[in-house]
Amino acid sequence: MEICREGETLRISDLDPFLAELLRQIPMSTNPEGTPTAEARLFTKPSTEKEICAEWKSYVEPEMRRLFRSATETVAADLTQLNGNEKSLRNRTLRIPFEHADAWLNALNQARLVIAERNKFTDEELNDHDRSPIGSRRDLSLFQVNFYGFIQEFILREMESG
Amino acid sequence: MEAPVRETETRSEEELDIPWQVVVHNDPVNLMTYVTMVFQRVFGYPREKAERHMLEVHQKGRSILWCGVRERAEFYVQQLHGHLLLATLEKVI
Repeated sequence: MEICREGETLRISDLDPFLAELLRQIPMSTNPEGTPTAEARLFTKPSTEKEICAEWKSYVEPEMRRLFRSATETVAADLTQLNGNEKSLRNRTLRIPFEHADAWLNALNQARLVIAERNKFTDEELNDHDRSPIGSRRDLSLFQVNFYGFIQEFILREMESG
Repeated sequence: MEAPVRETETRSEEELDIPWQVVVHNDPVNLMTYVTMVFQRVFGYPREKAERHMLEVHQKGRSILWCGVRERAEFYVQQLHGHLLLATLEKVI
């Protein structure tokens, strides 16, 4: 896999089918359904005061939901470039318009938080970047969190360098 | 003529005087570089200051990012939640 900036585009090329599939899973990974702790992590309480939390739920939370949905939809639209013959083993290229960088950071973050909550990863696991190769569903999920983090780091670096 | 509203107004003014603080809490998922970028963007802090707060969150579990009137504190917490950071507003004791 190669990742670089190309003018107003972020280009991820030479994507093997496995990594392409992980990227395609970003939108569905942002869905916290079925994991109340993941839902609670995405929509955190702003205070210990009940009155503030009630107001927040009514007025701010719907706005958050709209914001997160919009970011996920932007990413999902970009990811349609990876659609095609499912059986193809040909490596793919994904071009992300730089103006979508914020949406990508947001959706990747949602996905990482939801996956981490679903799997109840410990701090040690999340900080273990030299973990042995994937041997279980849990390992795969941890790899997914780290891979999405790698993409985030790249986007952040490019945002910083303008 | 009595003005019973007066007491309510005074109480509201007192409430407005209570400072609130915006606190960001540690979470093991958000990247350090991302947290720094969010602090710079939301509060307009220079990189060094944003990094100092990020490290405080990372090492001490929390950092007070801002202190002032409630409405503004709520605005900042909303911005931080929009970036998926763990943030709360607290009354300054």
